[in-house]
Amino acid sequence: MKKYIGIASILLGIIVFTTILDPQFFSPYNIMNLFRWTGLFGILSIGVGFVIMTGGIDLSVGSIVGFLGALSVNLLVTRSWSIPAVIVFTIVFSMAIGLVQGLLVTKVKIQSFVVTLTGLFIYRGLSRFFTNDVTQGLGNDFAGLKFLVKGTFPADFFPNDSAPQFLKDWSLPMPFMIMLVIAIGLSVFLNRSIYGRYILALGRNEKAARFSGIDTDRMIVITYIISATCAGIGGFLFALDLNSVQPSTAGNMYELYAIAGCVVGGISLRGGVGNIAGVIIGVAIVRVLYNAINIVGIPNTLEYVVIGLVILIGVGADEVRKNYGIKKRMMRIRAEIKTPAAGRIA
Amino acid sequence: MTETGNGTVLEMRGISKFFPGVKALDDVSLTLKQGEVLALIGENGAGKSTLMKVLGGVYQPDSGSILVDGLPCDIESVQKATALGIAFVHQELNLSDNLDVAANVFLGREPRNRDFLKLVDRKKINADTQVLLDKIELDCAPTEIVGNLSLGNQQMIEIAKALSINAKILIMDEPTSSLCVRESEQLFKVIKDLRNHGISVIYISHRMGEVVDLADRVIALRDGRNSGFLAKAEISAMSMIKLMVGRDVEKFYHKDHEATDIPVFECKDFIVPEHPGNPVNLVVRRGEILVMAGLVGAGRTELAHALFGITKALGGEVLVEGTRYSIDDPKDAIAAGIALVPEDRKQCGLVIEQSIERNITLAGLDACQKMKLIDFGKVRTIASRMAGALDVRMSGIEQAVENLSGGNQQKVVLAKWLSMGPRVLVLDEPTRGIDVVAKEEIYRLIEKLAAEGVAMLVISSEMQEVLGIADRIVVMHEGAISGELQKAEFSEEAVMKLAMGCN
Repeated sequence: MKKYIGIASILLGIIVFTTILDPQFFSPYNIMNLFRWTGLFGILSIGVGFVIMTGGIDLSVGSIVGFLGALSVNLLVTRSWSIPAVIVFTIVFSMAIGLVQGLLVTKVKIQSFVVTLTGLFIYRGLSRFFTNDVTQGLGNDFAGLKFLVKGTFPADFFPNDSAPQFLKDWSLPMPFMIMLVIAIGLSVFLNRSIYGRYILALGRNEKAARFSGIDTDRMIVITYIISATCAGIGGFLFALDLNSVQPSTAGNMYELYAIAGCVVGGISLRGGVGNIAGVIIGVAIVRVLYNAINIVGIPNTLEYVVIGLVILIGVGADEVRKNYGIKKRMMRIRAEIKTPAAGRIA
Repeated sequence: MTETGNGTVLEMRGISKFFPGVKALDDVSLTLKQGEVLALIGENGAGKSTLMKVLGGVYQPDSGSILVDGLPCDIESVQKATALGIAFVHQELNLSDNLDVAANVFLGREPRNRDFLKLVDRKKINADTQVLLDKIELDCAPTEIVGNLSLGNQQMIEIAKALSINAKILIMDEPTSSLCVRESEQLFKVIKDLRNHGISVIYISHRMGEVVDLADRVIALRDGRNSGFLAKAEISAMSMIKLMVGRDVEKFYHKDHEATDIPVFECKDFIVPEHPGNPVNLVVRRGEILVMAGLVGAGRTELAHALFGITKALGGEVLVEGTRYSIDDPKDAIAAGIALVPEDRKQCGLVIEQSIERNITLAGLDACQKMKLIDFGKVRTIASRMAGALDVRMSGIEQAVENLSGGNQQKVVLAKWLSMGPRVLVLDEPTRGIDVVAKEEIYRLIEKLAAEGVAMLVISSEMQEVLGIADRIVVMHEGAISGELQKAEFSEEAVMKLAMGCN
């Protein structure tokens, strides 16, 4: 729990600060929106987090969001596929994307940055090509499906709209609930399954993992599949939430928000560390900050500057603290190494 | 030791160097005359490198003095050594192979244009480099990219670099270890040429033939002390080996295991990718400790990696208790009951930032799961039991391995493999960088495992260790098994001879 206190207090600080400046920030409507966006972006961040834990990076997330968002709406509306078929297709197709990327990284040994950067271009291009660059809209149909993003829990689960007003105000939006389900599932995978241990071990020291008989390539491929699948599910939900998908822009820069959420949430880009609760808090910080900028009245044109600076300061402070610890440890280890090794120096 | 007369460029007097717990150099003296090749010989760990690092300004001696050209000098840094005209050609190349020859030779000391931009003076750097290349008769352009040159020629560039600082004393640490015969001969020609131009060379080598061919004088170290000198006429392989060996071998253990005739581990015509021309045949019998000796770089680690499936063998077969196994991956080796405690503990043996518990159970996690979910109780029980059995000094199994001493780290690696109940245990330099007490504990453990019937294959470069724990010794030389010694034939001299490849 200790490791969450730092970032959780940053989140709380921003919330309190913004609420004091403008109490409207804490209105049910605004808070519910924040939860919705934290849920949507959280799904992306959790996925990317697994790749980052292995020491890799996934830049293709935003384009997968755009590609599968556009493709799924196109299949539903233009090609009249059934809803279950589209959902299955979205998941299987994004898994396949992850599989190919993972194999390119492990078997062809192309750097993950390059594989996923080319993915970023290719999926963006494909989504424009398959849709003739025409905006894909859902219109007023698919109300049932849209419950996945517009519904709330538990208020909307009461029969005949019988939920008390208090619950209606303070229920959790469905995207956040979906994210929680994914987060719990992947937390079990990371913290309780043998594969989670393998992933963290190889992220720290791939060679040692291999010398322990772990199929490191297979574990790395799995993380790319997790990342792409989360992005695919996210793309589908974003499409439902926004009601229409612009093939050339939907999901632009989302990969960077996803990575930012991980970094703020304490996942080191060096690999080997990660916890999912931290990532969710990290994503929430980025979303709340985004929202706070608008509410507090900082000019819109400055919003990227503020987000960039806050991430930089947060992560920077963490690194300074860690480097201090490493330096101390190195000095001790160096003193130790000198002792016994000296006799062997040929 | 008062020959500071004509022609002596360097004198090291009574140099001692202590590391905590170890006397690396004990009252070592050395003189070097102008224009001579002085060979420095000794076993692994005799103190050759430490002595040269003292001369090169890397280490400060605890006592003793150094005189260059008869003047006492305090070589407190590598820069100071360079200023005194002492240049070091290391065993490994230190070149940027993406840059050209001239850039490498003058790296950090590039001649600059005199204008305000101070750009590199291309004309001068190339001309100066050409002069040096002519001096060592190396036929390549200063603008050639170093990566395109052969290893031998890259070695020559290192020499050119040393000459560019007007070195009077050139230290060469096993310069031929990665060269082919033709390249070595070219190098010898250059060394002889440098000698004729009055440059003094200190030449470290394990190759007896080279030393006989090249050296004007030989100085030998043993256990950090001078063990003798040889004049030109006295130099021969036998006389050198005599100077290098001759220590009393301590008994490390009380033998309570009995080697049998039953083979547990066999490899037949096994071809290691790094040495395709030398098929390896080995047998380790039940209750036997087989030690593989040899010089550093003889190909033993490569063999161990191939046996464990880290690299893929090109041919041959591996048998464990009579069953043939094909090993393409560490997984296959583990399934066959083979475990490897690697040489590089921190890089290959441990995920050093993680806990003792995670490290001990990393390889055997598959046996602690139900539907791939970890049985945490079982994991903790195994980790605690193994750490306890090996007496790992720790605050608890949650402690990070990086906070343990070297000896305890090695015990964690051993615990990881012993938790799997291996039938064959390959230990690559198991006591490297470990204090005396932990060493003793590891020897006792090796002994105990042999008594329990685990086939033990121990790779070691330390003569005391080799002779002290082995039931049988095989020696490797340049990728091939150069000989085998039975208990009755054990002697430092016999091992050394085989390790040097002279029969």
